[in-house]
Amino acid sequence: MSKILNTPVSDEDLKDIRIGDVIYLNGHIVTCRDVAHRRLIEYGRELPVDIQGGAIFHAGPIVRKVEGEEKKFEMVSIGPTTSMRMEKFEKEFIEKTGVKVIVGKGGMGPNTEMGCRENKAIHCVFPAGCAVIAATEVEKIEGAYWQDLGMPETLWVCHVKEFGPLIVSIDAEGNNLFEQNKVLFNKRKDEALEELYTKVKFIK
Amino acid sequence: MEKTEALGLLTDRVAKFTAMIGKRLPDDVTAKLKELRDEESMPMAKMIYEAMERNQEQAVALNRPSCQDTGMIQMFVRVGSKFPYIDALAEVLKDAVAIATKEGPLRHNAVETFDEVNTGTNTGTKAPWLYWDILPDSDRLELDIYMAGGGCSLPGQGKTLMPGEGYEGVVKFVLDIMTSYGLNACPPLLVGIGIGTSIDSAAYMSKVALMRPVGSRNANPKAAQLEKDLISAIDSIGLGPQGLQGKKSVMGVHIENSARHPSVISVAVNVGCWAHRRGTIVFNSDLSYELITHKGVKL
Ligand code: SF4
Repeated sequence: MSKILNTPVSDEDLKDIRIGDVIYLNGHIVTCRDVAHRRLIEYGRELPVDIQGGAIFHAGPIVRKVEGEEKKFEMVSIGPTTSMRMEKFEKEFIEKTGVKVIVGKGGMGPNTEMGCRENKAIHCVFPAGCAVIAATEVEKIEGAYWQDLGMPETLWVCHVKEFGPLIVSIDAEGNNLFEQNKVLFNKRKDEALEELYTKVKFIK
Repeated sequence: MEKTEALGLLTDRVAKFTAMIGKRLPDDVTAKLKELRDEESMPMAKMIYEAMERNQEQAVALNRPSCQDTGMIQMFVRVGSKFPYIDALAEVLKDAVAIATKEGPLRHNAVETFDEVNTGTNTGTKAPWLYWDILPDSDRLELDIYMAGGGCSLPGQGKTLMPGEGYEGVVKFVLDIMTSYGLNACPPLLVGIGIGTSIDSAAYMSKVALMRPVGSRNANPKAAQLEKDLISAIDSIGLGPQGLQGKKSVMGVHIENSARHPSVISVAVNVGCWAHRRGTIVFNSDLSYELITHKGVKL
């Protein structure tokens, strides 16, 4: 199933979305990673931008200033970073901000699952390494907050059109695609090893 | 050519080549990804392969780094003992990386350890990281340049086993990495394995293995067979692109090996991600050059 979500996203919008679905996003997505999470959760600071019903992107982009124009920026290259680093903060982050769509790379853990289930939110994967596609789907950078954190950690407010493909890895019921895959992969690995062992008797 | 002029030219060409590697995958990797896409039957995996392909086309069209993580730069230098610029080479290579960082652009990735500051140039203490080899009686320079991304460096591990654990221990070590860290290192992976006597030699060989053309085979028939067996075994796990399931898991498995002490067997693994940005360039003494990995590209 392929579906387009518009921000602000409602609980209702997420009701029929399941892990493994592919979605695209219209509206706004804000880059938000390690230090921004830490500031909100550990230092109790408010996020400088309202993301109630919104989307965040675990990413550290390459952004270029538009020549000759004050406070205008252009997205050069943007790709997801490992979401698991935010696992520690994400449940509380979802509760506090009301964010609905979290985009990153790789899976997240039980904390995020719980946060998604209790507050109706989803985690999605953007194919990593496809940084030019992602950049060209950013139509405009509309804001830049906490620039004191440097380019990768600044909260870049991006206006996006059909941003994706986003593969749903945790749905609003808390199902977790990567965890399910892991069980399958480990089972297959054990089978593969049994067969390999018979082929590597080089030390006799 | 004047010496200073020649050094400037060499620096410029290495810089341009380095910047280019961030935008275009080598021919063998591109071909392999296409093959994997064509063989893939799972719709989501196919869609991801198509996104990858589109991304690479756009990167060239827009002249931008294809992945935002342009890595730490590592180089394998094979320099002829009679290459005229051998004495200045280390400096040339460092300068070239700083220039490529500006002009690429490359992301600023070099963080000095202990001081924990980003140098902003991708150069620093022992950065770029260089491996040296001398080509006797030659006046040429062969250079492999590799962008070691964060995600694909993370699975790197090594272990020295007791011979009682045998090659069974070796293959288990490799497969365990695939389902733990390999999963998040942007598969399909190129898996480099070093097997030898001590952890440093194994680690070195595991990176050398990643410099080989995708799909090349070890000269020892038993090692070559193990490469093939490991490809089948890891593919059977079905990691797929991005670890989201698919028919295959790897672009290839390369093993490099050396003799070992009877009491130990060391194994190390390094992986390359799907965006395996490696390039080989060969310079003649007059600084004319040939691009081995990127045919037909102009610097
Ligand atoms: S693992 Fe490779 S493709 Fe993935 S984000 Fe890192 S450098 Fe890019």
